[in-house]
Amino acid sequence: MPTSALDADTARDLLRTMWRIRLFEERVAQLKRSLQVHGLIHLSIGGEGVAAAVCRQLRDDDAVYSGHRAHGHAIAKGAPLDRLMAELMGRESGLCHGLGGSMHLVDAEHGFMGATGVVGGNLPLALGTALAQHLRGADQATVVFFGDGAVQAGHFNESINLAALWKLPVIFVCENNGFAEFTSRAEHSTVERVSDVVAPYGFDRETVEGSDVPAVYEAFASFLEHARAGKGPYLLECLTFRRRGHYEGDPEKYRDPEAEREWAARDPIARFTHVDDEAARQIEREAGEQIEAAVRFARESPFPDPEIATRLVYAT
Amino acid sequence: MTETTFVEAIASTLARAMREDERVIVLGEDVAEGGPYLATAGLADEFGRERVRNTPISEGTVCGVTIGAAQAGLRPVVEIMFIDFITLALDQLVNQAAKAHFMSGGQLSVPLVLRTQGGAGQRNGAQHSQSLEAWLTHVPGLKVVMPSCAADAAGLLTAAIADPNPVVFVENKSLYFRRETVPDPPEAIPIGKARTLRAPERARITIVALSRLVGDAVEAADRLASDDGVEAEVIDPRTLVPLDLDALAQSVRRTGRAVVAHEAVTAGGFGAELAAQIQAAAFDYLEAPIQRVGAPYTPVPVSPPLEDAYRPGADHIYRAAKIALEWGEYDAEPWDHGAIAGNSAPGG
Repeated sequence: MPTSALDADTARDLLRTMWRIRLFEERVAQLKRSLQVHGLIHLSIGGEGVAAAVCRQLRDDDAVYSGHRAHGHAIAKGAPLDRLMAELMGRESGLCHGLGGSMHLVDAEHGFMGATGVVGGNLPLALGTALAQHLRGADQATVVFFGDGAVQAGHFNESINLAALWKLPVIFVCENNGFAEFTSRAEHSTVERVSDVVAPYGFDRETVEGSDVPAVYEAFASFLEHARAGKGPYLLECLTFRRRGHYEGDPEKYRDPEAEREWAARDPIARFTHVDDEAARQIEREAGEQIEAAVRFARESPFPDPEIATRLVYAT
Repeated sequence: MTETTFVEAIASTLARAMREDERVIVLGEDVAEGGPYLATAGLADEFGRERVRNTPISEGTVCGVTIGAAQAGLRPVVEIMFIDFITLALDQLVNQAAKAHFMSGGQLSVPLVLRTQGGAGQRNGAQHSQSLEAWLTHVPGLKVVMPSCAADAAGLLTAAIADPNPVVFVENKSLYFRRETVPDPPEAIPIGKARTLRAPERARITIVALSRLVGDAVEAADRLASDDGVEAEVIDPRTLVPLDLDALAQSVRRTGRAVVAHEAVTAGGFGAELAAQIQAAAFDYLEAPIQRVGAPYTPVPVSPPLEDAYRPGADHIYRAAKIALEWGEYDAEPWDHGAIAGNSAPGG
């Protein structure tokens, strides 16, 4: 048994969030194949533990930014499953009224300030929101999720410099799944560990295994406490695995069966033993029911009136 | 009225906005030092370096910081020192700022102002002299403002800071240091309202000019009146997006002819959009094809005689107006396209 400070409520919450993400995304994969969910779909199956452990510790007034693989982060931050599913199905009742879709989810009410489809494009936005928090003197923090592919982008290097320079309350959470789109990290960079990339900037950083949920939880807790106290940026690198393709429909010619087997054994839900079996089965069952209710909600919702597209180009 | 310059009007307007609203912050390269043209002079002394923030030379991320801050409730004004460097910030401006309100279904808004300056004339060469505003008008979600005088700069900047959308505020460095008068206190000028500078009786042509070319348009109109006895209306749209098409179309319906003039390269320039929109709105009234004045299809050269020849001005506008005015008076004699700056085709 892992020794961990997770209390029973927290443990159940974490498992509930992981199941909600897992079953939501499995359902989305089915709906994508039958063309009921639209657009490019990037799933995080196998990596749910990071979203759950990080977002469980955040408040609604803390901001989260995410990338193109965003469903899990949105769910963990509190986005309602029904409106999330409706968004992926292009419905009027979607979080963004069908104008955003899978890669551009926003749920401002819960502090999910946005996903983006441009790799690394979310990093500067997170700094800006952290700057606003800093200038207000609040104890809020901003978290930005990104993959190892973003680390080679110019925005990453500019952003870690500026975050360190301005001591912004931002926590960079890198989900390092070893692949940037179709190619391995080794083909993108000579630096294996993302936490090493930020070393010269002088802020605290740690690499943990992403499917070890208590480890992610504890590492993030310490960073969050310090970020809230105005002690600057932090970087948490979570080593994880993408059990599905880069996107649904990816030919996946780069797959290594041995790695598949190894990571299947390290599944974050399977290895999470903090909830007893009976309670865990109930959590899984309830999550499944919520997903089906979300699908029904979305199907019953109309498509948006086309007029909304011209009305929302500019704010008034 | 107070005597001032364009850059002083910018600096004093920023100071007033910061005094009135603590959400307004200014950031950019060297802004706390006043910047190379002194457009932010004095701000750091009055408001401190938390609200007037020097940034590293990281245009992309700095633009994105501005967006994230705006989404979180601030009213940031970011300076991109030369519009040539906006290329480095276009991902954030185009993919994030312009689309956040739309993609979020109206949940987010991005009340930011991106100030920058362009234009040739200072022998700065091809990477510090461009006029790239047309790119920005092609992206739904951005507003694009181009003031031509100090009073409009003050009034439009006030409106831009109050606007809930991302506004790109494009200045021209050649306008910065002329002595001008402005109302005191300055009045906010609504974004989307053209200014008519000259509206004489019985005008036979409309000159629509942007930014630095507005003064040249007035000069060309004066020469048409004195040398040719022809009156011209002169209109400055002031904002490209949204565009006050009504003001332009009404004028062209009166006059029957139009010249559109800007400093940017003619090909693909905003003049093409102006000409297309005007002809669609006033086709039955047109006596001649709308003439375009802009820069030739080359990068901006450094050598003084070459740069002087490159820059469109009053003479180009005058000659374009003459072509429009004389249209149909002669047998179909093809005129020399190359005589008008910028009328050479791309690659031709």
